[in-house]
Amino acid sequence: MSVLSSSIARKVAMALSALFLIIFLVIHLAVNLTSLFSEDVFNEMSHFMGTNPLIQFAMQPVLIFGVVFHFVMGFVLELRNKRARNVKYAKFNGAASASWISRNMVYSGAAILAFIVLHFIDFWIPEINTKYILGDMSGVLPGEEGYRYFEELQHKFVNPLRVGAYVVAFIFLGLHLAHGFQSAFQSMGFNNKYTKCVKNLGTIYSIVIPLGFIIIALCHHFNH
Amino acid sequence: MNLTLKIWRQKGPQDKGQMVEYKVTDISEHMSFLEMMDILNESLVANNEVPIAFDHDCREGICGMCSLHINGEPHGPDRGITTCQLHMRTFKDGDTIYIEPWRAKAFPVIKDLIVDRMAFERIQQAGGYISVNTSGNTQDANAIPISKLNADLSMDAAACIGCGACVASCKNSSAMLFVSAKVSQFALLPQGKVEAADRVRNMVKQMDEEGFGNCTNTGACEVECPKGISLENIARMNREYLKASII
Repeated sequence: MSVLSSSIARKVAMALSALFLIIFLVIHLAVNLTSLFSEDVFNEMSHFMGTNPLIQFAMQPVLIFGVVFHFVMGFVLELRNKRARNVKYAKFNGAASASWISRNMVYSGAAILAFIVLHFIDFWIPEINTKYILGDMSGVLPGEEGYRYFEELQHKFVNPLRVGAYVVAFIFLGLHLAHGFQSAFQSMGFNNKYTKCVKNLGTIYSIVIPLGFIIIALCHHFNH
Repeated sequence: MNLTLKIWRQKGPQDKGQMVEYKVTDISEHMSFLEMMDILNESLVANNEVPIAFDHDCREGICGMCSLHINGEPHGPDRGITTCQLHMRTFKDGDTIYIEPWRAKAFPVIKDLIVDRMAFERIQQAGGYISVNTSGNTQDANAIPISKLNADLSMDAAACIGCGACVASCKNSSAMLFVSAKVSQFALLPQGKVEAADRVRNMVKQMDEEGFGNCTNTGACEVECPKGISLENIARMNREYLKASII
């Protein structure tokens, strides 16, 4: 890990993994949005994503690495940064000079991590179990016709507690992105006449993406 | 006005230190903050007590010596000023004011409110200069074409007085605004470009070795900086560092 021995290298690594996850979120939302319009399209896309070897064995490991790296690095950096001030101020008015969101990325990040654990228990672990442990790659439930994905999705959003947890998590995701999006660009040295545009894009992104996921969760909850 | 002061007292680097409460009376609102501290010290001396040690020098906002973390902010609640430029009219009669030293592992307390800022000097020595022969054959700087924009940006970066408010305000105790200003002021000029790669690598290495935290782009440093050093400098330093590391 000698590549990451300098503070700026660690900053850039955080930013690169963040931008990778930002792109991933767009793809994830695009696929999920199809579930609002067409059961068949969603099923087809889910089956493709879940069985295509390139996605399963190349993209999925990269994604998992990206997620794990971003979290581990984030917590490591927070710990190191805390250690850089060994005696605390008796009075520290952080709000006077920086937003709450930017000062508390580790907490919004921790909330997102908790959500990812729930999300993995809900969807990823059962999928891996069905496909690679039970060996059923058909995507069809025994004795039924058509793919199972849409039905499984709707079934997950019956419980209002789970829907509530998802909504809260997406609000934290929005807060995290509100600072993180433009911060990633700044970390990579991008600060010029287009920065205002990047900041605006970040604000739009941090509202639209989480809101999209929230709408999907609520629609399936109320339409089931 | 009458004020209650809660001030950090620490006998020396090894002492544990604590906040001590003092009362000051009849403080004029026209005084600077440091003059108010002088009055407090005079009364302490008159009572055979040890005066409070605090850094100060020019008292006109250009030397970068005065520090003080006042009511949770470096140089107090006003913007674009050093502590010597902070006036007592900023406060109200009866206020309680917290006065603490800069807090960072890389800025150890020497005594009371004075911290050791030699870490900044060592970062400067690691590369914050250009190697120019000054034996009398130096080329006239005006003979080198420099764009107005770059000259201005370099001058803005060079306005940094190395006071350390950026470190004090940062939740991570990061020194990146200081280091980036020093990197930028040279990187923007033709004379500085020759050693740009070594400079940024060495200064960042020294910054990390001193134990400063890592920047998370909260922007607190830019807000608290008495000289208005911009975050654009940090982005420039990141670019310079990436360029120096990859190419």
